[in-house]
Formats: sequence, C-alpha cells, structure tokens
Amino acid sequence: MSRESSPLPEARWFWALAAAGALVALAGFGAAHYMEEHGHIVTGMNNQIVWGMPHVFAIFMIVAASGVLNVASIGSVFGQAAYKVRAPLSGLLCLALLAGGLFVLMLDLGRPERIIVAATHYNFTSVFAWNVFLYSGMFAIVAVYLWSLMERRMNAWSKPAGFAAFAWRIILTTGTGSIFAFLVARQAYGTALLIPLFIVMSFAWGLAAFLIVQATMFAWNRLALPPDIQRRMGNLLGLFVVSVLFLVAVLHMVNAYFAKNLAFERFLLVDGGVYPVLFWGGYVVAGSLVPLVFLWHPRLAGPRGLVVASLLVVAGAFALLYLFIIGGQAYPLDIFPGYATRSTFGDGAFQAYVPSLPELVLGGGGLAVAFLITVVGVRVLRFLPQDDLRPAPAAAGAK
Amino acid sequence: MGRGGVTGTGMRQRAALLALLVAFAGTAIADAPAGARSSRVPRPDVAAGAGGKCVEDTAFMRRNHMALLKHQRDRTVHDGIRTTRHSLANCVTCHVDAKTGRVTGSKDAFCEGCHTYAGVKLDCFECHADRPAAALAVDAGTPGAKP
Amino acid sequence: MSDVDRGRRQILAWGAAMAGVTLAPGVTLFDLAHGRPPSEPASPKVRWGMLVDVNRCASDCDACVVACDKENGLPGEKTPTSAQWIRKVELKDMRGQTKSLPMMCQHCADPPCVDVCPTGASFKRADGIVLVDRHTCIGCRYCMMACPYKARSFVHEPVTGQRPDVPRGKGCVESCTLCVHRIDRDQIPACVEACAATGHKALLFGNLNDPASEIAQRVASYRTTAIRADLRLDPGVRYQGL
Repeated sequence: MSRESSPLPEARWFWALAAAGALVALAGFGAAHYMEEHGHIVTGMNNQIVWGMPHVFAIFMIVAASGVLNVASIGSVFGQAAYKVRAPLSGLLCLALLAGGLFVLMLDLGRPERIIVAATHYNFTSVFAWNVFLYSGMFAIVAVYLWSLMERRMNAWSKPAGFAAFAWRIILTTGTGSIFAFLVARQAYGTALLIPLFIVMSFAWGLAAFLIVQATMFAWNRLALPPDIQRRMGNLLGLFVVSVLFLVAVLHMVNAYFAKNLAFERFLLVDGGVYPVLFWGGYVVAGSLVPLVFLWHPRLAGPRGLVVASLLVVAGAFALLYLFIIGGQAYPLDIFPGYATRSTFGDGAFQAYVPSLPELVLGGGGLAVAFLITVVGVRVLRFLPQDDLRPAPAAAGAK
Repeated sequence: MGRGGVTGTGMRQRAALLALLVAFAGTAIADAPAGARSSRVPRPDVAAGAGGKCVEDTAFMRRNHMALLKHQRDRTVHDGIRTTRHSLANCVTCHVDAKTGRVTGSKDAFCEGCHTYAGVKLDCFECHADRPAAALAVDAGTPGAKP
Repeated sequence: MSDVDRGRRQILAWGAAMAGVTLAPGVTLFDLAHGRPPSEPASPKVRWGMLVDVNRCASDCDACVVACDKENGLPGEKTPTSAQWIRKVELKDMRGQTKSLPMMCQHCADPPCVDVCPTGASFKRADGIVLVDRHTCIGCRYCMMACPYKARSFVHEPVTGQRPDVPRGKGCVESCTLCVHRIDRDQIPACVEACAATGHKALLFGNLNDPASEIAQRVASYRTTAIRADLRLDPGVRYQGL
C-alpha cells in the first residue's frame, strides 16, 4: 500500500461518511415504504406522467454503471496500461451504480413486493424481462472480472473476463436504450437512434462519474493525478461529451424535420416551459459546452478543471434525462392526427409534473447506496489506481 | 490469528455458552406440541360458514386452499373458465361472517382470522371484494364507494 | 294413410320438432356466439369487437362513461390520477368541424402493451380481449408508456368496496376489459347497453368472426377505420364516421 499510515481522524471520517450514506439510503427505503403504503398518489406521477423522478435517477445510474466499466475496458480490451490500473475501481463503481439504480427502480414499482414474480415470470418480447438477466448477469460478470484483476493467480483471465464484461455492458446499454426505442406510440421515443445515443451517453457519464470518484480518492490520500493521465482522460471525456451532443442534435434535428413531430420538438426545445430551459441551459450549456471549456481552455484545464467538468457533465445528464423521460410524457399522445382534442383524461393537454419529496428521497437513496458501496469498497480493498504516485505539491492544493 | 478459537477462552466464556444453550433448550421444550394448545396467541373463533359443508373437506382445504385458488385464478383470468367450485367469489359467498357480512375485518373473520393467527399475509382482498355481490347492492348507486 | 305412413310422419314430425328445439337456441343466440359453458375456455374462433358510430355519438352525453364507472366500481371523479377506462374525447379538426367519441382500450390483435409487459401480466385472451392479470402485474407501468391510445390507468390509491366481478387494487395497471365478466355471462358491455338505453345507439358489440353478426355485417358494408391505423395493430374497436 502506497497510502500513508492512517491516523485516527481518517478512520473517523470513514465511519462518518459510511453512516451518512447509510442514513440517506435508509431514508430512501423509508420513502419507498411510504409510497408503497399510500400508493403513488403521494408522488407527482399520474396517469399521464407514469415515470417520474425516480426513473431519472435510476436510468442515470444504470447508464453510468455500464459506462464506468469502459475505463476498465480501455485497459483490458484495448490494452492501455494507464487505464488497466484503473480497472478495479471502475469495476467497483459499476457494481455500486448498478446496485443504486436497481434499488430505485425496484422500489418505485407499484407492487415492489412482487419482485419474485418478476424473477419467475418472463415475457421475452419485453426488454424489461431481458434486462432482469442483463442486470443480474452484469453483477456476476463484473464480480468475476474484479476477481481476475485483483487475485494475482487469476490475472491471466483478466483479458477474457474484460472482453466478456465489455461485450455484456454494450448489450446492457442496448437493452436500456431499447426500453425507449421500442415505444412506437410516442413521438419522444420509438427510434433506433436511441440505442447508440444511450451507449455514447454511458461513455460520457460513466467516465465523469469515475473522474469524480478518482479525484476524491486522490485528494483523500493527498496524492496527485499524473498530468499526462489527467490530460488523456480529460480529452476522452471531452470527446464523449461532443459525441453525445452530436447525437442529441441529430435526434432532434431529424425528429423536427417531420411535420408530424414539429409541434412536439417545439414544445421540448422552444416553448414548453421548464423543458427548453433544461435542454439549452441545463444540458447544452452547463452540461456540455462549459465542461468542454474546463477541459480544454489552457488556463482552466487541470485537475480541478477535470473535476468541475465531470460534475457539470453529471448535472447535464440529469437535465437531459429529465426532459427525455418526463418531457416526453408531458406532451400528449398524438392519437388523432390533425385534430385538436379534449377529454377528462388529458387528451390534447400538456401535463404538468412537480417532483415530490418521496420521489427525490428515493432517488437520493439510490445514490446513497452507490456511495455506500463505493466508500466501503475502497476502504476495505485495494482500489486506488496504482500509478507512479507522488504526493501532491503543497502549492497546487489539489483538493 | 495466533490465538486459538474464540478470543479469550476461559471459565467465564464457557459458562456463558452453557447458559445460552440451556436457554435455547428451554424454549424448545416450551414449544413442544402439547404447549401449543395453551399458547399465548388465542386461536381464532371462526364460524364454519353457510351450507354446512365446504366444497372440499376441511383438512384438505387447510393445506391446499391456496393452491386451489392459485390454479383457479389462472384458469379464470387467462382462459375464461368460470366454474364456481374453487372460485374465490364462491368461497366468499359461503364463508362470510353472519354479523359483519365480510371475510375480513376482525380477528374472528373467516379468512383474516386464521391468516392473522398463522402469520401469513392475506393479499387477496386488496383487490378482491371481501363480501358477496348481494351485500354491495346497497352501494350499487355510488360507484367505488368506500364503506 | 296406412299405419306405416302415419308412423313415418310421426317420426318425421317429432324429429323436426326435436331438431328445432335443439337448433333454435343456437340460431337466436348466434349473434353473440353464445353457449360457452363456464367450464369451457375462451375460444380463438370468436373475436369480440366493438363498432362506434361517431355520427351518432352526442357531445353532451357520457352515459357510457357513467355506466362503466358503475359497472366496474371505478371512482366517479376525473383527476389526473383517477382510473378512467373509457373517456369521451371531443375532436375539432383544422377546419372547425367537431366530433365526439368514446375512447377505451382498443383490444388490438397485436397489442404493444402485451409485447412490453415483463411478467406477461398484460395479455390477450384467446377471444381477443386484452386484459391485465393483476396477480402477476408488478406495477412497472411500461404498458402505459407503450399504449398508443393512452388506454391504461394505474391505481394510485388503496381501493375498497370493489365489485366482486371486477377485482382491482392499488399498485396495478388496468384498462377496459370489454366487460369480460359480463361477456362470459352472455351479456353485452355496460357502455354498449347504456348507449342503447339513451337512444343514441352509437355502440355496437359483437363477434367480428361471425359473418352473420350485425357488427361483422356493418364492418363489411360500411367504411370503418381503426384509430392510429398506421401502427397496424388491428384493433377490435372500430370507428365509423371518423
């Protein structure tokens, strides 16, 4: 271990952080229990917005989980040594984020006590049924992969395990994107482009999540990230952010080209209230352009810039998912093209949605579960990337 | 670990272990079959139900009613087979409490009473009506009335 | 007439009478493909369908909605979270012409909700009725996302006072069952009955697979459409005059 000998205050910090994470996770459980007792009437969801804030959190975590494993894949599959030492941490974060995302997803069900039914009854035309296998298989494969990386005798297996993990995670993200791609009925979804979009989003968000955790760990241990690695990872994040921006632009541009979708695109991007604000301000500017500045501007780039960019990318991800999932439902279904419609069931009307406290606490609980697994994992096992480490220079103040 | 076995082997730890074993044995003896008759939880006093005779005999029903209902529900919902012998609605019609007209709602109600005693969650009546159709005729004018 | 002839005539007469008695119920109830005993499963030879005559549907009438609420024990209030299995939709086209029609689960032959249900709770019965098996529904609401007609409702609150024929509860998704509990008793859906009672007679129910049924004949003779026909879902509910 190249870490300095741990003085007592650090142990206290660990227990404090673990306790805080456990408390928030417990609160998430409590929120889910409250929702189950009283029904979803206590949330902001209704018969028009059927998937709300919990799904924004869950989809972010699941997409980021598959993407964070990319760091390991670049090492094991593409042979980049600098990434290979980061593979174990990447695997841990994959498990943690996936657990957090599934925590939220399963507890938001109308009948969470029927998880067993979901595990025993399968309709294989449904992507959700496939996802049960993909997600549980992911846990197993990443666990084996981690074992092959961290157990010296199994190191020879790390390459095939890495390949398997890479392939599985691409299929998993395809499955997540397919959830929406298969919805033929809705203008917001129902396009095959969503699958590559989700895959590229996973690259960006997973790497951002990894960089945040890595920077925290390095700061905790008063170490500095070697500048060349920082630059490479920064460039990679920038490349991913640009790719996502490109695919999002293509998606909306092509969608808006069709006259039948123009009104919907205008709602989302121009006059839909909170949604255009989230798109342009939240995702495009704060979530894509500003991070690029922090990654590539000669004065702003650096270890701090990398963390700021990563945090902004994550914030932009939440904004994008909010308008993708909720904005896509807020716009009424086009059941009678060419007619203006009105009914007691919200036909032809935009549906307002306000996230409720139980939903936010449940989502936060999922993040806390991921946090708790990460904190305990890095404390117990050797996940710190073992570069050619040197202590942080006093002047730089890398915190 | 250099030291063998449980940390701090000695007279005190062995005595504690022995006391624990005796306590477990004591509870096991206390839960012997004869003791269950006069156990702390009073057995529910459920009425036998109308008609005098169930569609199957009591011992069989006690063990298998859940399997019967489970198979019947799949046949009814998926195939549209609506034979009444094992249908839940038919059970409810006979087994309602004479006073309350329901199979739930008290610790002596037919379904709820035994389920509470056995500690098995009764999920059916979250969705199914716990009283026969005739009893709802009063509420027929007000849809979804909460009694 | 000889005794033999008289005997023959008697046999023929009895035979005809017997045949008539046997066949008559079938002939008179042929319209609804009756006679399925409770122990017999639903048959794919039958395809239940509904025909909505939009020209006869009145804008200020919601008898079908009221009847559905009453029959199925649904709450009367219409809020974003209340279950609405059927609704009246007011249409106004770009040139200003207005129409009114009821909208409910279209009971597609190729239902997207059935495709996406992870547990198979959303299913199509052999006779074409699309239902939710609430024993298996986990409340994920994926079918609600998939339905092109926004036909499904999620139960947001605990339910009490259910109709014994229509079990429904918190946490599951539900939609128009075409009054399957009535159909299996050889009755017609409550909305169809109520519409007929008002005199509008905009709704017609029957077996689309039976060429002698009124609905099959109307669908064969007049121009009817499926809503969102471009999705090629082949719904069992068709609209005339749209």
